[in-house]
Amino acid sequence: MKITFPHMGNMHIAIKALMAGLKLEVIPPPPVSKRTFELGIRHSPEFACMPLKINLGNFIEALENGADTIVMAGGWGPCRFGYYAQVERDILEGLGYQFKMIVLEAPDSKAYDLIKQIKALGENVSFWEAVKAIKYGWSKLNALELLERQFDYYLPRARDKHMVEKIYDDAVVTIDRAGSKTEADEATGQAIKKMSRVDLKAGLPLKIGIVGEIYTMFEPAANYNIYRLLGRMDVQVSRSAYVTEWINDHIMGGYVKKSSRKNLIACAKPYLNCEVGGHGLETVGNTVHFARMKHDGIIQIGPLTCMPEIVAQSIIPSISEKEGVPCMTLWFDELSGTAGLSTRLEAFVDMVHRKKLSTNNQIKEA
Amino acid sequence: MRVGIPRGLFYHYYYPLWKTFFQDLGAEVVTSASTNRRTVERGIESAVDEVCFPIKVYYGHVRELCHQELNYIFIPRLVSVEPKSYICPNFMGLPDMINSALPELPPVIDITVDVSKNDRLLKRDIIRVGQIFTDNKNHIKQAYQHGQDELHKCRNICRDGYNISEAIRIWDGEQIVLPSTYNINIGVLGHGYSLYDQTISMNLIDRLRKMGCRVQVVETLDRDAIEVKAAEIPKRVFWTLGRKSVGSALYMEGQSEIDGIIYLACFGCGPDSMIGEIIERKIKNKAFMMINIDEHTGEAGMVTRLEAFCDMLRRRAGKVEDYISAHG
Repeated sequence: MKITFPHMGNMHIAIKALMAGLKLEVIPPPPVSKRTFELGIRHSPEFACMPLKINLGNFIEALENGADTIVMAGGWGPCRFGYYAQVERDILEGLGYQFKMIVLEAPDSKAYDLIKQIKALGENVSFWEAVKAIKYGWSKLNALELLERQFDYYLPRARDKHMVEKIYDDAVVTIDRAGSKTEADEATGQAIKKMSRVDLKAGLPLKIGIVGEIYTMFEPAANYNIYRLLGRMDVQVSRSAYVTEWINDHIMGGYVKKSSRKNLIACAKPYLNCEVGGHGLETVGNTVHFARMKHDGIIQIGPLTCMPEIVAQSIIPSISEKEGVPCMTLWFDELSGTAGLSTRLEAFVDMVHRKKLSTNNQIKEA
Repeated sequence: MRVGIPRGLFYHYYYPLWKTFFQDLGAEVVTSASTNRRTVERGIESAVDEVCFPIKVYYGHVRELCHQELNYIFIPRLVSVEPKSYICPNFMGLPDMINSALPELPPVIDITVDVSKNDRLLKRDIIRVGQIFTDNKNHIKQAYQHGQDELHKCRNICRDGYNISEAIRIWDGEQIVLPSTYNINIGVLGHGYSLYDQTISMNLIDRLRKMGCRVQVVETLDRDAIEVKAAEIPKRVFWTLGRKSVGSALYMEGQSEIDGIIYLACFGCGPDSMIGEIIERKIKNKAFMMINIDEHTGEAGMVTRLEAFCDMLRRRAGKVEDYISAHG
């Protein structure tokens, strides 16, 4: 059994660690490239949202490399992600690939069920070994996340952006290769030390919050590396979601660490009073939360035609008005380009910057 | 008390229930006009660009009602109308979306319909809404029951070959005569609120009838047979309307008298993008055409496609006797 799975940011590093603990052979898809997009677009339904197209491209490339089992997440709506696995299987079978597809249906707040599902994957693994494998994957996720947070802090402040990016990229590779939790933690520690020695600019950078659909926020190929683009413009980015938080809230039922979800739902009222599937309610809640945390601007990102995000997009203008924070929505699809994106981001950052200057002057005059 | 009901979205499925309920409680029910150019323009103006066409049109209907003197406007939040199924994320956020886009809105009655787990919440919400009009809880329950009965009556009208929207017009006192002669039989599927709205669908169903087709829709088929067919799919479709479309398509696939199937999808509709793909892959023995519409769709292009589809079906069935080839 040679297992593959879809890409989502740095997730593949943790999944590889998890599968190794389950004594399974893994063939991760090659990094998302232009070819991945092309394959995905050619065979997907035209109006499907972009994550499905990238998933499908990932699967085709992994199957070409010899994978024979696909592990994919499921769900019970109302977001169409819950039906991804079914449609993807039909398409791949139609293309003549031979494979087995295992769909992990997200349990309703029962971590035990998920551990059982994961254990069922590993053929000769005890329950205890499965738990250990999950812990190992989890520790790598944590190491990566710590690194990410420091990266977001140093990138806008550093004079030599390229240097910080290189330290980060190298550290990600080291964590991927690390054979144990200690090694991974050590790699993170060293990278953070290196970053802290980089020459910094004076003054506080602008703070912009990123909210939106989960896959687009995690996968750099789906958001055209928006975090780095903003960081290079001297903007400090606040991510509204991290992989560990998301897994904790949605898959582990909030057992692993303290959840901030309740606070978000409270923030979303009175703008949005009902769960709308996907990440819609969180997007609205996070927008309000960031506005109250005195961010200079907020950018919503999502794949074009994403239904929960459209609900949020319809509501964000009124939040922007009442909470007094500039907001912008960016939709991504396979036709987006980095140049157009950079121009829009630059314009938004300029506007936010000028707004901040004028409010500061007003405060000084008064 | 005047209560406004926008003539869009689930109006096309539940109007008899809503109207009877509010009238029994002593309210006067006002609806917006049938979708027209003005509705569409107003809707496009107020909604965000990315939302699907029927919802934009709904904004238009709500805006039309804003100008009339109303005590309340009825914008239900439809989460789920049957166990373990949903409508669509947009419907769940609809009252909040409208609230944030239209500041001149009259007070909103936003009942939450969510029976995905049980109907306790719905029952409570019905009483809450009823209490705007009367304190008598029994009266409210009776009004709701009466509404259900009327809806049931209306659904029975569909057995004579009418779609649910036509059935509602008949229930409301209109007379509709279906053409009795036809030589091909076409199944037409899609979300009712776009398919049965004559402006959104550009009168697709009536056009087909004028071209000599008998049109079968979800409501004219046997309910149970559809569910049996829908259960053949490996994973249950968790959108109510989507599941019915898939079930109907599979059912029609097995019916020899059906010549072809047309699926009307809206650009940007999430369920449609998946359901359309599933149906297209499952329908192997019948002609299948998918039409995608939005506010930019032109009538001429659509008519050409329908004519071509019908011509093709007639030729397949050998029903064209006076056909003369255009090129000799």
